[in-house]
Amino acid sequence: MMLDIVLLMVMVIAAVWSVMARSLLKAAIGLAIVSVIITIFMFKFNASLAGVFELSVCTGLITVIFLSTIGLTKPMTHKQILEFSKDRARRYGLLPVLVVLAGSLAIGLLNVPFGFTLVQKASQADVRTVLWNLRHLDLFGQIIILLAGGFGAVILFKEIKEDEW
Amino acid sequence: MPSLLILVPLLGIIILNLMFKFTRRRVAFWFAFVLFSIQLAITLLYRQPWYRITEPAFSPFFKVGLSIDSLTFVMLLCIEIVCLASLVVSRYTLIDRDQRFNFINLLIIASVGMNGIVMTRDIFSLYVFLEITAVSSVILIAFRRGKLALEGAFKYIMLSAVATILMLSAIALLLLVSGGTDFQAIHTSIMGFHKSRVIVFAIGIFLTGLFIKAGLVPFHGWLPDAYASAPSAVSVLLAGIITKACGVYTLIRLCTSVFGPSVSLNQVLMLAGTVSIVAGALAALGQQDFKRMLAYSSISQVGYSIVSLGCGTPLGLIGAVFHLFNHAIFKSLLFVNAAAVEERVSTTDMEKMGGLSSKMPVTSATSLIGFLSASGIPPFSGFWSKLIIVIALWQSGNRAYAVIALLAGVLTLAYLLLMQRRVFSGKLREGLQGVREAPFGFCLIALLLAAITVGVGIFFPVAYAVLFEPVRGVLLR
Repeated sequence: MMLDIVLLMVMVIAAVWSVMARSLLKAAIGLAIVSVIITIFMFKFNASLAGVFELSVCTGLITVIFLSTIGLTKPMTHKQILEFSKDRARRYGLLPVLVVLAGSLAIGLLNVPFGFTLVQKASQADVRTVLWNLRHLDLFGQIIILLAGGFGAVILFKEIKEDEW
Repeated sequence: MPSLLILVPLLGIIILNLMFKFTRRRVAFWFAFVLFSIQLAITLLYRQPWYRITEPAFSPFFKVGLSIDSLTFVMLLCIEIVCLASLVVSRYTLIDRDQRFNFINLLIIASVGMNGIVMTRDIFSLYVFLEITAVSSVILIAFRRGKLALEGAFKYIMLSAVATILMLSAIALLLLVSGGTDFQAIHTSIMGFHKSRVIVFAIGIFLTGLFIKAGLVPFHGWLPDAYASAPSAVSVLLAGIITKACGVYTLIRLCTSVFGPSVSLNQVLMLAGTVSIVAGALAALGQQDFKRMLAYSSISQVGYSIVSLGCGTPLGLIGAVFHLFNHAIFKSLLFVNAAAVEERVSTTDMEKMGGLSSKMPVTSATSLIGFLSASGIPPFSGFWSKLIIVIALWQSGNRAYAVIALLAGVLTLAYLLLMQRRVFSGKLREGLQGVREAPFGFCLIALLLAAITVGVGIFFPVAYAVLFEPVRGVLLR
């Protein structure tokens, strides 16, 4: 229980850091930390396959894509960094306070009787059975989302001519 | 059989993209036209009493149920009609064949998403289909990659992401209680634990997510920018059906089939609906850009459906669905005409227009039909749906809401007639002498949509009995 609370706190701090960080690189690392902690929770809840997906895709692949893309961008000058930091502090200065308030509210809610009985186990089926035998339609839907994403990449990331702006 | 409405368009995309590059760009429009016509035919055939088809062999593949009831049928009709209208508009507004080809692919994907939304009876599949529609919508809004389009798309994606988080969290909480994701299982659990604060919280955040999708006040920030900055064909699609399928239909379905009857839920719906009616109408009055004016008008009209749903009575439900159908048709008509005017005048600023009725008589006349229907003037379809809404509110004892809905109708008439006067009436503005009537396809689709608006109004008893009265069957007792 103590470990869970520490992990959750680290996750929240990493998430807030991702938003507040002045460097995109640090923001990407913050997100990777969030993802690693989610992975730990998944393993703790015996969702090992989901944990493997989270670790390989969200922590690994997506972080690599972020870092590669950031590597292609032009770094900011010192003056720009200062202006950016001020802007961030102005926009999101209250975010940590909000997070603390939301956390306190959530802890308060935990003390409220839920008023319902938790279903013991939603499904005993193996994840492969769920994906391939029970939730065909959702898997199908995911493929269509990827297809839409593919068209999005073709349309939105095509080279933009100067006059188009 | 319902699975055909998912598989046919998907097969269509595959065939379209397998063709040779030169051929597919040439035939894409007619191919998509045939595809949507087939979907419309499948929908219409499904309701014929003499038509019986055995389930195709691949149907067991979809173990999560897809079904078509009276509410789904009305929505499917709207989806196919509006997709066809949007397709026709794209033929004249997206001249570049590569652009049009990409647009058509995304239009078909969006139609798969919307068909799925209205046919599924599983809350997680509903979420997946909402995401399909949202992803294709974002790309469609940003289609031309201008600064305004990207800003509109960014606002949409950010608010849509918030809606997604809220809905997914609610689904997780509901799954904890019911152990399943089909509507019936969740409804049974909710009825068993309806006093649980966690369930109230789950329903609350789900509703908030849907309010964002429907563009209800105060969650409407994305809507005017998205409608105004998107290409005309996309505006038709967004205003005509996407917000209705993703937001309003989903609200109607979940409130009637999953969340069940609840006085407090009805109060929330009526309040949100009334605020949207009034705020949308007032905001529309102050607009210079006619696409933005129509966008705010959409917020106001969606409010009517929501307030009617909030009555919690069968007549209220019928009013909500009837107005949803009418709004999909007359708002598509108005956006088609807006696209025609933009195409000919190259602006959406009403200050630069005037007297266009002499140059664009068909566009002007059909716009007037749309405006009058939106304002609830007899004998157009909008009059009947608004009348049903007011009667439902009055009968259910919500007389203050009924009066507000009636008075807001006057506001609607005011801003829409103002728009008609500024764009079409009066003396022809300097520099517009060379303007011609919209192309044939534009006029044809505008005439068809106007004919539906007039036809449903004149043959109201038939339309009511065939399309809308059976909708009361989806209301839980």
